[in-house]
Amino acid sequence: MDWVEEEGPQRKIVMSSRVRMARNLRGFAFPGWAKKTERQRSLETMQPIVEKVPEMSGCFSATMDSLSALDKQVLVERHLISREHAAKNVGSAIVVNDRETIAVMINEEDHLRMQALKSGLQLKSAFKVIDKVDSELEEKLDFAFSPRLGYLTACPTNVGTGMRASAMLHLPAMVLSEQINQVIQAVGKLGLAVRGLYGEGTEALGNVFQISNQTTLGEKETEVIERLNKVVLQIIEHEENARINLLEKKARLVYDQVGRAYGILTNAYAMNSKEAMNLLSLVRMGTDLGLFPPGTQRVIDELFILTQPAHVQKTMEKKLTAEERDLSRADLIRTRLKELARPGETGLEPPAGGEPENV
Amino acid sequence: MICDICKKADATVHLTQIVEGKILKVDLCEPCAKSKGVQDAAGFSLAELLGGFAPAAAASATSEETQSESANVSCPTCGMSQADFKKIGRFGCAQCWETFSDGLAPLLKAMHKSDRHIGKVPGKAAHTLVINEKIQLLSDELQKAIRGEKYEAAARLRDEIRSWEAKLKVA
Repeated sequence: MDWVEEEGPQRKIVMSSRVRMARNLRGFAFPGWAKKTERQRSLETMQPIVEKVPEMSGCFSATMDSLSALDKQVLVERHLISREHAAKNVGSAIVVNDRETIAVMINEEDHLRMQALKSGLQLKSAFKVIDKVDSELEEKLDFAFSPRLGYLTACPTNVGTGMRASAMLHLPAMVLSEQINQVIQAVGKLGLAVRGLYGEGTEALGNVFQISNQTTLGEKETEVIERLNKVVLQIIEHEENARINLLEKKARLVYDQVGRAYGILTNAYAMNSKEAMNLLSLVRMGTDLGLFPPGTQRVIDELFILTQPAHVQKTMEKKLTAEERDLSRADLIRTRLKELARPGETGLEPPAGGEPENV
Repeated sequence: MICDICKKADATVHLTQIVEGKILKVDLCEPCAKSKGVQDAAGFSLAELLGGFAPAAAASATSEETQSESANVSCPTCGMSQADFKKIGRFGCAQCWETFSDGLAPLLKAMHKSDRHIGKVPGKAAHTLVINEKIQLLSDELQKAIRGEKYEAAARLRDEIRSWEAKLKVA
Protein backbone atom coordinates (compact mmCIF):
# COMPACT_ATOMS: atom_id res chain seq x y z
CA MET A 1 0.00 0.00 0.00
CA ASP A 2 2.53 2.58 -1.15
CA TRP A 3 -0.03 5.33 -1.28
CA VAL A 4 -0.63 5.01 2.48
CA GLU A 5 3.08 5.07 3.32
CA GLU A 6 4.01 7.93 1.01
CA GLU A 7 3.61 11.47 2.24
CA GLY A 8 1.71 13.19 -0.58
CA PRO A 9 0.91 16.91 -0.71
CA GLN A 10 -2.03 18.14 1.41
CA ARG A 11 -2.03 14.77 3.12
CA LYS A 12 -3.50 16.23 6.31
CA ILE A 13 -6.86 16.56 4.62
CA VAL A 14 -6.56 14.70 1.31
CA MET A 15 -5.91 11.03 2.02
CA SER A 16 -5.58 9.96 -1.60
CA SER A 17 -6.21 10.90 -5.23
CA ARG A 18 -7.49 8.50 -7.82
CA VAL A 19 -8.13 8.61 -11.58
CA ARG A 20 -9.81 5.79 -13.43
CA MET A 21 -10.46 5.22 -17.13
CA ALA A 22 -13.12 3.00 -18.68
CA ARG A 23 -12.24 1.35 -22.00
CA ASN A 24 -13.89 -1.29 -24.16
CA LEU A 25 -12.80 -3.51 -27.00
CA ARG A 26 -14.33 -3.33 -30.42
CA GLY A 27 -15.87 -6.60 -31.55
CA PHE A 28 -16.75 -8.02 -28.13
CA ALA A 29 -20.05 -7.55 -26.30
CA PHE A 30 -19.68 -5.54 -23.08
CA PRO A 31 -19.10 -7.79 -20.02
CA GLY A 32 -22.58 -7.33 -18.53
CA TRP A 33 -24.27 -8.46 -21.76
CA ALA A 34 -21.72 -10.98 -23.06
CA LYS A 35 -22.22 -14.73 -22.65
CA LYS A 36 -19.78 -16.51 -20.36
CA THR A 37 -17.68 -17.90 -23.23
CA GLU A 38 -17.38 -14.48 -24.88
CA ARG A 39 -16.35 -12.94 -21.57
CA GLN A 40 -13.68 -15.60 -21.20
CA ARG A 41 -12.45 -14.93 -24.74
CA SER A 42 -12.15 -11.17 -24.18
CA LEU A 43 -10.42 -11.83 -20.84
CA GLU A 44 -7.90 -14.11 -22.54
CA THR A 45 -7.23 -11.33 -25.04
CA MET A 46 -6.74 -8.59 -22.45
CA GLN A 47 -5.14 -10.17 -19.38
CA PRO A 48 -1.70 -11.05 -20.88
CA ILE A 49 -1.49 -7.63 -22.54
CA VAL A 50 -2.30 -5.80 -19.29
CA GLU A 51 0.30 -7.88 -17.42
CA LYS A 52 2.98 -6.89 -19.93
CA VAL A 53 2.53 -3.12 -19.63
CA PRO A 54 5.89 -1.81 -18.24
CA GLU A 55 4.13 -0.04 -15.32
CA MET A 56 2.65 -3.37 -14.22
CA SER A 57 5.97 -5.21 -13.81
CA GLY A 58 5.89 -7.63 -10.89
CA CYS A 59 2.12 -7.40 -10.85
CA PHE A 60 -0.39 -9.53 -9.02
CA SER A 61 -2.81 -10.95 -11.58
CA ALA A 62 -5.72 -13.26 -10.83
CA THR A 63 -9.05 -14.27 -12.28
CA MET A 64 -11.96 -13.46 -9.98
CA ASP A 65 -13.04 -17.12 -9.72
CA SER A 66 -9.61 -18.00 -8.30
CA LEU A 67 -9.93 -15.60 -5.36
CA SER A 68 -11.68 -16.37 -2.08
CA ALA A 69 -14.52 -14.13 -0.90
CA LEU A 70 -12.20 -12.87 1.85
CA ASP A 71 -9.39 -11.97 -0.58
CA LYS A 72 -11.85 -10.10 -2.78
CA GLN A 73 -13.09 -8.14 0.22
CA VAL A 74 -9.49 -7.26 1.14
CA LEU A 75 -9.07 -5.80 -2.37
CA VAL A 76 -12.26 -3.75 -1.93
CA GLU A 77 -11.07 -2.42 1.42
CA ARG A 78 -7.80 -1.39 -0.22
CA HIS A 79 -9.75 0.47 -2.92
CA LEU A 80 -8.24 -1.74 -5.63
CA ILE A 81 -11.51 -3.22 -6.90
CA SER A 82 -15.14 -2.11 -6.72
CA ARG A 83 -17.75 -3.93 -4.69
CA GLU A 84 -19.36 -4.87 -8.01
CA HIS A 85 -16.15 -6.44 -9.23
CA ALA A 86 -15.83 -8.46 -6.01
CA ALA A 87 -19.10 -10.17 -7.01
CA LYS A 88 -17.64 -11.36 -10.35
CA ASN A 89 -16.31 -14.84 -11.00
CA VAL A 90 -15.43 -16.66 -14.24
CA GLY A 91 -14.45 -14.32 -17.08
CA SER A 92 -13.25 -11.40 -14.93
CA ALA A 93 -9.85 -10.59 -13.47
CA ILE A 94 -7.81 -8.08 -11.51
CA VAL A 95 -4.24 -6.98 -12.24
CA VAL A 96 -2.45 -4.84 -9.62
CA ASN A 97 1.12 -3.53 -9.77
CA ASP A 98 3.48 -4.45 -6.93
CA ARG A 99 3.15 -1.04 -5.23
CA GLU A 100 -0.65 -1.24 -5.35
CA THR A 101 -0.78 2.16 -7.05
CA ILE A 102 -2.20 0.92 -10.36
CA ALA A 103 -5.11 -1.51 -10.60
CA VAL A 104 -6.83 -2.80 -13.72
CA MET A 105 -10.20 -4.51 -13.40
CA ILE A 106 -10.90 -6.68 -16.42
CA ASN A 107 -14.54 -7.27 -17.32
CA GLU A 108 -16.20 -5.24 -14.62
CA GLU A 109 -19.00 -3.15 -16.17
CA ASP A 110 -16.62 -2.26 -19.00
CA HIS A 111 -13.92 -4.44 -20.51
CA LEU A 112 -11.25 -2.39 -18.76
CA ARG A 113 -11.46 -0.18 -15.71
CA MET A 114 -7.98 1.03 -14.83
CA GLN A 115 -7.03 3.32 -11.98
CA ALA A 116 -4.00 5.07 -10.57
CA LEU A 117 -3.94 5.79 -6.85
CA LYS A 118 -1.67 8.41 -5.23
CA SER A 119 -1.08 9.67 -1.73
CA GLY A 120 -2.46 13.14 -0.91
CA LEU A 121 -3.65 15.60 -3.53
CA GLN A 122 -1.98 14.43 -6.74
CA LEU A 123 -4.79 14.29 -9.27
CA LYS A 124 -2.63 15.52 -12.14
CA SER A 125 0.12 13.04 -11.52
CA ALA A 126 -2.40 10.18 -11.07
CA PHE A 127 -3.91 11.18 -14.41
CA LYS A 128 -0.51 11.13 -16.10
CA VAL A 129 0.18 7.63 -14.81
CA ILE A 130 -3.09 6.13 -15.99
CA ASP A 131 -3.02 8.07 -19.27
CA LYS A 132 0.34 6.44 -20.04
CA VAL A 133 -0.96 2.96 -19.17
CA ASP A 134 -3.97 3.63 -21.42
CA SER A 135 -1.75 4.71 -24.33
CA GLU A 136 0.39 1.61 -23.94
CA LEU A 137 -2.66 -0.67 -23.92
CA GLU A 138 -4.11 1.12 -26.91
CA GLU A 139 -1.17 0.07 -29.04
CA LYS A 140 -2.05 -3.58 -28.49
CA LEU A 141 -5.83 -3.45 -28.12
CA ASP A 142 -8.48 -2.08 -30.46
CA PHE A 143 -10.56 0.25 -28.26
CA ALA A 144 -14.15 1.14 -29.15
CA PHE A 145 -13.97 4.83 -30.00
CA SER A 146 -16.18 7.22 -31.91
CA PRO A 147 -14.83 10.61 -33.04
CA ARG A 148 -18.12 12.19 -32.00
CA LEU A 149 -18.81 10.40 -28.70
CA GLY A 150 -15.31 9.42 -27.63
CA TYR A 151 -14.61 6.17 -25.79
CA LEU A 152 -17.75 4.03 -25.89
CA THR A 153 -18.80 2.57 -22.57
CA ALA A 154 -21.55 0.26 -21.33
CA CYS A 155 -23.25 3.07 -19.40
CA PRO A 156 -24.02 6.43 -21.03
CA THR A 157 -22.83 8.19 -17.86
CA ASN A 158 -19.23 7.22 -18.68
CA VAL A 159 -19.07 7.80 -22.43
CA GLY A 160 -16.52 10.29 -23.79
CA THR A 161 -13.38 10.40 -21.71
CA GLY A 162 -14.45 7.38 -19.64
CA MET A 163 -12.63 9.17 -16.85
CA ARG A 164 -13.61 9.49 -13.22
CA ALA A 165 -11.20 11.44 -11.03
CA SER A 166 -11.69 11.52 -7.29
CA ALA A 167 -10.09 12.71 -4.09
CA MET A 168 -10.66 11.14 -0.68
CA LEU A 169 -11.01 13.88 1.90
CA HIS A 170 -10.96 13.76 5.69
CA LEU A 171 -13.33 16.50 6.86
CA PRO A 172 -13.97 16.09 10.59
CA ALA A 173 -14.22 19.81 11.40
CA MET A 174 -16.80 20.37 8.67
CA VAL A 175 -18.84 17.52 10.14
CA LEU A 176 -18.40 18.73 13.75
CA SER A 177 -19.42 22.26 12.79
CA GLU A 178 -22.31 20.93 10.70
CA GLN A 179 -21.15 22.62 7.50
CA ILE A 180 -20.75 19.44 5.52
CA ASN A 181 -24.23 19.39 3.98
CA GLN A 182 -23.75 22.89 2.61
CA VAL A 183 -20.52 21.76 0.99
CA ILE A 184 -22.13 18.66 -0.50
CA GLN A 185 -24.87 20.80 -2.01
CA ALA A 186 -22.50 23.44 -3.37
CA VAL A 187 -20.23 20.81 -4.89
CA GLY A 188 -23.23 19.10 -6.50
CA LYS A 189 -24.11 22.30 -8.31
CA LEU A 190 -20.64 22.34 -9.86
CA GLY A 191 -21.24 19.01 -11.58
CA LEU A 192 -19.21 17.12 -9.00
CA ALA A 193 -20.43 14.29 -6.76
CA VAL A 194 -19.74 13.64 -3.08
CA ARG A 195 -19.83 10.03 -1.91
CA GLY A 196 -18.90 7.91 1.09
CA LEU A 197 -15.70 5.98 1.70
CA TYR A 198 -16.37 3.10 -0.68
CA GLY A 199 -18.06 4.99 -3.49
CA GLU A 200 -21.63 5.26 -4.65
CA GLY A 201 -24.27 4.69 -2.00
CA THR A 202 -21.84 4.15 0.86
CA GLU A 203 -21.74 5.85 4.23
CA ALA A 204 -19.18 8.54 5.02
CA LEU A 205 -17.48 6.54 7.78
CA GLY A 206 -14.75 8.24 9.76
CA ASN A 207 -15.62 11.64 8.27
CA VAL A 208 -14.09 10.52 4.98
CA PHE A 209 -15.71 11.76 1.77
CA GLN A 210 -14.98 11.11 -1.87
CA ILE A 211 -15.46 13.92 -4.33
CA SER A 212 -15.43 13.19 -8.05
CA ASN A 213 -16.47 14.50 -11.46
CA GLN A 214 -19.91 13.46 -12.67
CA THR A 215 -19.69 14.20 -16.38
CA THR A 216 -17.43 12.64 -18.99
CA LEU A 217 -18.55 14.25 -22.23
CA GLY A 218 -17.81 17.72 -23.61
CA GLU A 219 -14.79 18.51 -21.47
CA LYS A 220 -11.13 17.58 -21.83
CA GLU A 221 -9.56 15.26 -19.27
CA THR A 222 -7.10 17.92 -18.15
CA GLU A 223 -9.91 20.46 -17.71
CA VAL A 224 -11.90 18.07 -15.54
CA ILE A 225 -8.83 17.40 -13.39
CA GLU A 226 -8.10 21.11 -13.11
CA ARG A 227 -11.67 21.88 -12.08
CA LEU A 228 -11.77 19.10 -9.48
CA ASN A 229 -8.37 20.19 -8.16
CA LYS A 230 -9.60 23.76 -7.67
CA VAL A 231 -12.71 22.64 -5.82
CA VAL A 232 -10.69 20.30 -3.59
CA LEU A 233 -8.32 23.18 -2.72
CA GLN A 234 -11.32 25.27 -1.75
CA ILE A 235 -12.73 22.51 0.42
CA ILE A 236 -9.32 22.17 2.11
CA GLU A 237 -9.43 25.87 2.91
CA HIS A 238 -12.94 25.54 4.35
CA GLU A 239 -11.90 22.56 6.48
CA GLU A 240 -8.84 24.43 7.74
CA ASN A 241 -10.96 27.45 8.62
CA ALA A 242 -13.49 25.24 10.35
CA ARG A 243 -10.68 23.74 12.42
CA ILE A 244 -9.30 27.15 13.39
CA ASN A 245 -12.80 28.27 14.25
CA LEU A 246 -13.43 25.21 16.40
CA LEU A 247 -10.15 25.74 18.23
CA GLU A 248 -10.91 29.39 18.84
CA LYS A 249 -14.47 28.95 19.97
CA LYS A 250 -14.70 25.41 21.28
CA ALA A 251 -11.16 24.31 22.10
CA ARG A 252 -12.27 22.37 25.16
CA LEU A 253 -14.83 20.46 23.18
CA VAL A 254 -12.27 19.54 20.52
CA TYR A 255 -9.66 18.42 23.07
CA ASP A 256 -12.33 16.52 24.95
CA GLN A 257 -13.44 14.63 21.84
CA VAL A 258 -9.88 13.82 20.78
CA GLY A 259 -8.92 12.78 24.32
CA ARG A 260 -11.96 10.54 24.68
CA ALA A 261 -11.31 8.93 21.32
CA TYR A 262 -7.72 8.25 22.37
CA GLY A 263 -8.93 6.88 25.70
CA ILE A 264 -11.37 4.45 24.13
CA LEU A 265 -9.03 3.32 21.35
CA THR A 266 -6.19 2.58 23.77
CA ASN A 267 -8.35 0.83 26.38
CA ALA A 268 -11.17 -0.96 24.59
CA TYR A 269 -11.31 -4.75 24.26
CA ALA A 270 -14.12 -4.94 21.72
CA MET A 271 -14.86 -2.51 18.91
CA ASN A 272 -16.85 -2.64 15.68
CA SER A 273 -15.39 -1.11 12.52
CA LYS A 274 -17.76 1.85 12.45
CA GLU A 275 -16.81 2.95 15.96
CA ALA A 276 -13.13 2.39 15.15
CA MET A 277 -13.33 4.56 12.02
CA ASN A 278 -15.05 7.40 13.83
CA LEU A 279 -12.64 7.38 16.77
CA LEU A 280 -9.58 7.04 14.51
CA SER A 281 -10.87 10.03 12.58
CA LEU A 282 -10.79 12.16 15.75
CA VAL A 283 -7.22 11.06 16.60
CA ARG A 284 -6.24 11.85 13.00
CA MET A 285 -7.61 15.37 13.45
CA GLY A 286 -5.84 15.59 16.82
CA THR A 287 -2.57 14.82 15.01
CA ASP A 288 -3.21 17.65 12.55
CA LEU A 289 -3.79 19.97 15.51
CA GLY A 290 -0.44 18.98 17.01
CA LEU A 291 -1.77 16.86 19.88
CA PHE A 292 0.13 13.79 18.69
CA PRO A 293 3.54 13.46 17.03
CA PRO A 294 3.49 13.98 13.22
CA GLY A 295 4.15 10.30 12.38
CA THR A 296 0.86 9.35 13.99
CA GLN A 297 -1.14 10.14 10.90
CA ARG A 298 0.39 7.30 8.91
CA VAL A 299 -0.36 4.84 11.69
CA ILE A 300 -3.96 6.04 11.75
CA ASP A 301 -4.31 5.84 7.95
CA GLU A 302 -2.99 2.28 8.03
CA LEU A 303 -5.44 1.44 10.82
CA PHE A 304 -8.28 2.91 8.73
CA ILE A 305 -7.67 0.01 6.35
CA LEU A 306 -6.34 -2.68 8.70
CA THR A 307 -9.41 -2.43 10.97
CA GLN A 308 -11.83 -3.17 8.11
CA PRO A 309 -13.56 -6.55 8.51
CA ALA A 310 -11.69 -8.51 5.83
CA HIS A 311 -8.32 -7.11 6.88
CA VAL A 312 -8.87 -8.11 10.51
CA GLN A 313 -9.58 -11.66 9.37
CA LYS A 314 -6.59 -11.62 7.02
CA THR A 315 -4.34 -10.53 9.91
CA MET A 316 -5.74 -13.28 12.14
CA GLU A 317 -5.42 -15.72 9.22
CA LYS A 318 -8.88 -17.13 9.74
CA LYS A 319 -12.54 -16.47 9.20
CA LEU A 320 -14.10 -14.75 12.21
CA THR A 321 -17.62 -13.96 13.34
CA ALA A 322 -18.52 -10.30 13.79
CA GLU A 323 -18.07 -10.59 17.57
CA GLU A 324 -14.67 -12.25 17.20
CA ARG A 325 -13.63 -9.56 14.75
CA ASP A 326 -14.54 -6.84 17.26
CA LEU A 327 -12.21 -8.43 19.83
CA SER A 328 -9.32 -8.82 17.36
CA ARG A 329 -9.85 -5.29 16.06
CA ALA A 330 -9.62 -3.80 19.57
CA ASP A 331 -6.45 -5.84 20.25
CA LEU A 332 -4.89 -4.64 17.01
CA ILE A 333 -5.67 -0.98 17.73
CA ARG A 334 -4.42 -1.16 21.34
CA THR A 335 -1.16 -2.73 20.20
CA ARG A 336 -0.56 -0.23 17.41
CA LEU A 337 -1.37 2.78 19.59
CA LYS A 338 0.60 1.57 22.64
CA GLU A 339 3.56 3.76 21.73
CA LEU A 340 1.40 6.80 21.28
CA ALA A 341 1.72 9.32 24.12
CA ARG A 342 -1.42 10.84 25.62
CA PRO A 343 -2.70 13.87 23.71
CA GLY A 344 -1.02 17.10 24.72
CA GLU A 345 2.04 15.43 26.25
CA THR A 346 4.06 15.82 23.11
CA GLY A 347 2.53 18.77 21.33
CA LEU A 348 0.13 21.57 21.98
CA GLU A 349 -1.02 22.02 25.50
CA PRO A 350 -4.76 21.82 25.98
CA PRO A 351 -6.36 25.18 26.80
CA ALA A 352 -5.53 26.14 30.38
CA GLY A 353 -8.58 28.19 31.42
CA GLY A 354 -10.19 27.01 34.65
CA GLU A 355 -13.60 28.27 33.69
CA PRO A 356 -15.66 25.85 31.64
CA GLU A 357 -16.15 27.26 28.20
CA ASN A 358 -19.47 27.94 26.68
CA VAL A 359 -19.65 25.02 24.25
CA MET B 1 -46.38 21.35 -23.68
CA ILE B 2 -47.34 22.19 -20.10
CA CYS B 3 -45.25 22.00 -16.92
CA ASP B 4 -45.20 18.60 -15.16
CA ILE B 5 -45.27 20.22 -11.73
CA CYS B 6 -47.78 23.08 -11.77
CA LYS B 7 -49.67 21.72 -14.81
CA LYS B 8 -50.42 25.34 -15.78
CA ALA B 9 -47.56 27.27 -17.32
CA ASP B 10 -45.81 26.43 -20.59
CA ALA B 11 -42.82 24.14 -20.12
CA THR B 12 -39.55 25.66 -21.31
CA VAL B 13 -37.05 23.48 -19.43
CA HIS B 14 -36.78 19.91 -20.76
CA LEU B 15 -34.74 17.30 -18.92
CA THR B 16 -33.89 13.69 -19.64
CA GLN B 17 -31.88 11.22 -17.56
CA ILE B 18 -31.46 7.48 -17.24
CA VAL B 19 -32.38 6.44 -13.73
CA GLU B 20 -32.15 2.77 -12.86
CA GLY B 21 -32.36 1.90 -16.49
CA LYS B 22 -35.45 3.99 -17.16
CA ILE B 23 -35.38 7.03 -19.36
CA LEU B 24 -37.03 9.81 -17.41
CA LYS B 25 -38.21 13.00 -19.06
CA VAL B 26 -39.52 16.05 -17.32
CA ASP B 27 -40.82 19.26 -18.77
CA LEU B 28 -40.91 22.23 -16.44
CA CYS B 29 -41.86 25.89 -16.59
CA GLU B 30 -39.26 28.51 -15.65
CA PRO B 31 -40.56 29.22 -12.09
CA CYS B 32 -41.00 25.52 -11.18
CA ALA B 33 -37.52 24.71 -12.53
CA LYS B 34 -36.07 27.46 -10.37
CA SER B 35 -37.98 26.38 -7.28
CA LYS B 36 -36.63 22.84 -7.71
CA GLY B 37 -33.09 24.17 -7.93
CA VAL B 38 -32.57 23.31 -11.58
CA GLN B 39 -29.83 25.55 -12.89
CA ASP B 40 -27.32 23.33 -14.53
CA ALA B 41 -28.93 20.23 -15.95
CA ALA B 42 -25.71 18.26 -15.64
CA GLY B 43 -25.13 19.10 -12.01
CA PHE B 44 -28.15 17.70 -10.23
CA SER B 45 -29.99 14.46 -9.99
CA LEU B 46 -33.22 14.17 -11.85
CA ALA B 47 -34.10 11.26 -9.58
CA GLU B 48 -34.05 13.61 -6.59
CA LEU B 49 -36.07 16.22 -8.39
CA LEU B 50 -38.58 13.64 -9.52
CA GLY B 51 -39.06 12.43 -5.94
CA GLY B 52 -42.79 13.12 -5.72
CA PHE B 53 -43.94 12.63 -9.27
CA ALA B 54 -41.56 10.00 -10.58
CA PRO B 55 -44.13 7.37 -11.59
CA ALA B 56 -46.07 9.80 -13.75
CA ALA B 57 -42.96 11.12 -15.45
CA ALA B 58 -41.60 7.62 -16.03
CA ALA B 59 -44.89 6.58 -17.56
CA SER B 60 -44.93 9.53 -19.93
CA ALA B 61 -41.38 8.70 -20.92
CA THR B 62 -42.28 5.21 -22.02
CA SER B 63 -45.15 6.46 -24.15
CA GLU B 64 -44.40 8.60 -27.20
CA GLU B 65 -41.31 8.50 -29.37
CA THR B 66 -39.07 6.13 -27.41
CA GLN B 67 -41.68 3.40 -27.55
CA SER B 68 -43.37 3.75 -30.92
CA GLU B 69 -40.48 4.48 -33.28
CA SER B 70 -37.63 2.37 -32.05
CA ALA B 71 -39.16 -0.23 -29.75
CA ASN B 72 -38.52 -2.99 -32.25
CA VAL B 73 -34.95 -2.03 -33.04
CA SER B 74 -32.35 -4.61 -32.02
CA CYS B 75 -28.59 -4.33 -32.26
CA PRO B 76 -27.38 -6.39 -35.26
CA THR B 77 -24.11 -7.17 -33.47
CA CYS B 78 -25.11 -8.21 -29.96
CA GLY B 79 -28.89 -8.65 -30.20
CA MET B 80 -29.77 -6.13 -27.49
CA SER B 81 -33.24 -4.62 -27.97
CA GLN B 82 -34.46 -1.17 -27.01
CA ALA B 83 -36.48 -2.80 -24.22
CA ASP B 84 -33.34 -4.54 -22.90
CA PHE B 85 -31.48 -1.25 -22.85
CA LYS B 86 -34.30 0.45 -20.99
CA LYS B 87 -34.41 -2.33 -18.45
CA ILE B 88 -30.65 -2.51 -17.74
CA GLY B 89 -29.61 1.05 -18.57
CA ARG B 90 -26.40 -0.30 -20.14
CA PHE B 91 -25.54 -0.94 -23.77
CA GLY B 92 -24.65 -4.44 -24.96
CA CYS B 93 -21.71 -3.58 -27.22
CA ALA B 94 -19.98 -0.70 -28.98
CA GLN B 95 -22.31 -1.08 -31.98
CA CYS B 96 -25.35 -0.38 -29.74
CA TRP B 97 -24.26 3.27 -29.61
CA GLU B 98 -24.95 3.39 -33.35
CA THR B 99 -28.06 1.20 -33.23
CA PHE B 100 -29.79 3.24 -30.54
CA SER B 101 -28.41 6.63 -31.58
CA ASP B 102 -31.91 8.07 -32.16
CA GLY B 103 -32.86 10.28 -29.27
CA LEU B 104 -29.51 9.79 -27.57
CA ALA B 105 -28.29 13.37 -28.03
CA PRO B 106 -30.76 15.06 -25.65
CA LEU B 107 -30.15 12.33 -23.09
CA LEU B 108 -26.39 12.87 -23.27
CA LYS B 109 -26.79 16.64 -23.15
CA ALA B 110 -28.86 16.36 -19.99
CA MET B 111 -26.35 13.99 -18.44
CA HIS B 112 -23.13 15.70 -19.52
CA LYS B 113 -21.85 19.08 -20.58
CA SER B 114 -22.57 18.42 -24.26
CA ASP B 115 -23.10 15.53 -26.65
CA ARG B 116 -19.66 15.80 -28.22
CA HIS B 117 -16.31 14.35 -27.14
CA ILE B 118 -13.39 16.79 -27.07
CA GLY B 119 -10.96 14.76 -24.96
CA LYS B 120 -8.29 12.17 -25.73
CA VAL B 121 -8.24 10.47 -29.12
CA PRO B 122 -6.43 7.13 -29.39
CA GLY B 123 -3.38 7.22 -31.69
CA LYS B 124 -4.92 4.87 -34.25
CA ALA B 125 -8.17 6.82 -34.42
CA ALA B 126 -6.26 10.11 -34.62
CA HIS B 127 -4.46 8.77 -37.70
CA THR B 128 -7.77 7.84 -39.33
CA LEU B 129 -9.35 11.16 -38.45
CA VAL B 130 -6.50 13.14 -39.99
CA ILE B 131 -6.65 11.11 -43.23
CA ASN B 132 -10.43 11.44 -43.43
CA GLU B 133 -10.10 15.18 -43.09
CA LYS B 134 -7.46 15.24 -45.80
CA ILE B 135 -9.69 13.21 -48.14
CA GLN B 136 -12.60 15.56 -47.45
CA LEU B 137 -10.46 18.59 -48.35
CA LEU B 138 -9.17 16.98 -51.55
CA SER B 139 -12.70 15.94 -52.56
CA ASP B 140 -13.85 19.54 -52.23
CA GLU B 141 -10.96 20.66 -54.42
CA LEU B 142 -11.78 17.91 -56.91
CA GLN B 143 -15.36 19.14 -57.22
CA LYS B 144 -14.09 22.68 -57.80
CA ALA B 145 -11.64 21.48 -60.46
CA ILE B 146 -14.39 19.56 -62.28
CA ARG B 147 -16.72 22.55 -62.18
CA GLY B 148 -13.88 24.72 -63.58
CA GLU B 149 -13.25 22.09 -66.28
CA LYS B 150 -9.63 21.75 -65.10
CA TYR B 151 -9.47 18.07 -65.93
CA GLU B 152 -5.74 17.65 -65.56
CA ALA B 153 -5.86 18.97 -61.99
CA ALA B 154 -8.95 16.85 -61.33
CA ALA B 155 -7.15 13.68 -62.42
CA ARG B 156 -4.22 14.51 -60.16
CA LEU B 157 -6.56 15.14 -57.20
CA ARG B 158 -8.43 11.89 -57.89
CA ASP B 159 -5.15 9.93 -57.76
CA GLU B 160 -4.15 11.69 -54.59
CA ILE B 161 -7.48 10.81 -52.96
CA ARG B 162 -7.04 7.18 -54.01
CA SER B 163 -3.61 6.99 -52.45
CA TRP B 164 -4.95 8.39 -49.13
CA GLU B 165 -7.82 5.93 -49.24
CA ALA B 166 -5.34 3.10 -49.70
CA LYS B 167 -3.47 4.32 -46.59
CA LEU B 168 -6.73 4.34 -44.68
CA LYS B 169 -7.34 0.71 -45.61
CA VAL B 170 -3.88 -0.28 -44.37
CA ALA B 171 -4.45 1.56 -41.09
